[in-house]
Amino acid sequence: MKKEFLIKNARVVDPSQKLDKVCDVCVANGVFVKKVSSKAKVIDAKGLVLAPGFVDMHAHLREPGQTSKESVATGTAAAATGGFTTIVAMPNTVPPADCAASIRLINDIIEETAKIRVIQSACITEGRKGEKLAPYGTLKNLGVIAITDDGSCVQSAELMRNAMEYAKMFGLLVMDHCQENTLTKTGHMHEGEWSVRLGIGGWPSAGEDIIVARDAILAHYTKSHIHLQHISSALSVDIIRNAKKRGTSISAEATPHHLSLTDECLKDYDTNYKMCPPIRAKSDVDALIAGVVDGTIEVIATDHAPHTETEKDKEFDLAPFGITGFETAFSVCHEVLVRSKKIKLSKLIELMSTRPAQLLGIDVGTLKVGTSADFVLIDENAEYVYDKTLSRSTNSPWFNKTLRGKVVATYFAGKKVF
Amino acid sequence: MNGLKWSRKDLISTENLTLAEINQIFSMADVFKASLKTDKAKLPYLNGKVVVNLFFEPSTRTRTAFEMAAHKLGADVISIATNVSSSVKGESLKDTARNIEALMADMIIVRHSSSGAAKYLADRVKVPVINAGDGAHAHPTQALLDAFTMREKFNGDFKGKKITILGDILFSRVARSNIYLLNKLGAKVTLAGPSTLVPMEFEKMGVKVSYNLAEAVADADVVMLLRIQHERQSATHFPSISEYANVFGLNLRRENLLKKDAFIMHPGPINRGVELDSPLADSGRSVILNQVTNGVAVRMAVMNLCMHATK
Repeated sequence: MKKEFLIKNARVVDPSQKLDKVCDVCVANGVFVKKVSSKAKVIDAKGLVLAPGFVDMHAHLREPGQTSKESVATGTAAAATGGFTTIVAMPNTVPPADCAASIRLINDIIEETAKIRVIQSACITEGRKGEKLAPYGTLKNLGVIAITDDGSCVQSAELMRNAMEYAKMFGLLVMDHCQENTLTKTGHMHEGEWSVRLGIGGWPSAGEDIIVARDAILAHYTKSHIHLQHISSALSVDIIRNAKKRGTSISAEATPHHLSLTDECLKDYDTNYKMCPPIRAKSDVDALIAGVVDGTIEVIATDHAPHTETEKDKEFDLAPFGITGFETAFSVCHEVLVRSKKIKLSKLIELMSTRPAQLLGIDVGTLKVGTSADFVLIDENAEYVYDKTLSRSTNSPWFNKTLRGKVVATYFAGKKVF
Repeated sequence: MNGLKWSRKDLISTENLTLAEINQIFSMADVFKASLKTDKAKLPYLNGKVVVNLFFEPSTRTRTAFEMAAHKLGADVISIATNVSSSVKGESLKDTARNIEALMADMIIVRHSSSGAAKYLADRVKVPVINAGDGAHAHPTQALLDAFTMREKFNGDFKGKKITILGDILFSRVARSNIYLLNKLGAKVTLAGPSTLVPMEFEKMGVKVSYNLAEAVADADVVMLLRIQHERQSATHFPSISEYANVFGLNLRRENLLKKDAFIMHPGPINRGVELDSPLADSGRSVILNQVTNGVAVRMAVMNLCMHATK
């Protein structure tokens, strides 16, 4: 018997089909279909938005090796709560996802415990040490589609050039965490007025900009594509914009926190505002938003980075970088981008679903007939206190705060996962 | 004397002290200083109290001054000197603090290499916490004793007085605490030193930044020198100690750049021949040893006020 249902009366927003109108959406056996039989269950979604499930290109699930922070099971449950149906897990696990054995192990865990689609990315270099390329061909055969040393940045321009050229041969998406080590080695927050006031070591925006420029040049030179992760600085946005104008194949993501928070938030040394790259000045936030508006920034990614309370509840410079982000991403971005009238809702869906799926080269982030029925129902006007989480960690600056605009249901392959 | 109104349990920074609170500390320090000079027996204000000195960073001067101040007020003192690396491996600051509190300490004096550590501790224990220096953030009792020393020289009037702080400002908690305090008192602060150690961002704190020694000290009423530690964090910030001495060192040859009645301060310990030459350090312009004595009186005042803070 077919498992089929019909969602009625929702405002259906699907940028992949340039769709934004009230219409029916039909699902049978886990995929979108043109129509269903009269026996299909009907869900009335009047007043809600129906959009493709979100695709997060940047998340940390911490398994294997750091399951006190998160696991594939808890991380994907939290992701589903936030409307994500596909997420790319970063390879800085313990051991790192840099070889066939690690990828097989992680894929087994995903197979058994993930609530949604998890794409495990692999390292650019062995052990993320920046010394030797990982075996891309072998990894590709195991289904790897994207590589990054996230958390670290390949410092050698020669090695990065070879990584781009070698990865291109296998069609792997190369993603970079842009951080020049010598400028940032003592940095714990954005270098500027507030680092000076607080006496905290500065992580200057130049530490990001230099690598963004290097990567843009290498992508141009090798005729490869480069995807730049969690861009935070105004000059980086300019560099990417100019590279695109010149025709370089380059894409970039921004996080909800870099689009909404400034370094002033750190004035009480709250480690839930400590992340890498750091939240920066108001002028950087404005430049990032302008980059989103004009298409320089094509993707919103969470950089969901759970840490235990014990790890975060420390002296500022001893606490780890990173905050959780799955469950708050839509609300935060809806607030600072859509509610503030910087972009339309359909553009936000494009940033969170359509574009990341296209960059990854996977057939999700769409409501097209025949694709996996991954979708969300959104109440744009809902107001709620974010005070419980399915993540194993609570290191979020928004925990216990009131947020607006909420994902009220998430369906993955036709199954309600939230 | 304890009838005065004071509501702060902790002293973490000079940033949020009111002018009234600053003057209250000074008035009380006046009384304590007088009692120190008359060689009276211990004062009874902290009788029966146990003060714990929790130092995660080496210190001789500050720790001794706090110990002395506590003794003079009748408290018992326990000093714990540890280093951050061992506590990184072992017990967290939170657990250390809770244990000290469970041992029934009445006050914690803390020094730590992490900016924000004193506030972190104060937010987690019920007993008063006095910041004896946290990273590059704050060293409020040092700034208070510095201002107390200036106040004696200025006969209490800071209006229009110009104070130049010279040296490694970037990594200096003493400089930051002095900036907040001196601005509140109505003085004008100029910062000077190598451009790599005195970023222009400091001007947003309401001070002037200068990279020209002659210009910076020309009309200064006080020149406060900071210790230069080339071997530690600032290894790449300037070429060498001798280069620093050549460009920014205060020596007899440069004494004529100073106003006739300008005086010289230093939080110690001095690198003689680097930031300050001996003949000047030991001259009539120097109030460096007054600072040390005043440090005891000011800390007595701060400990007494915080211990008896009203809710």
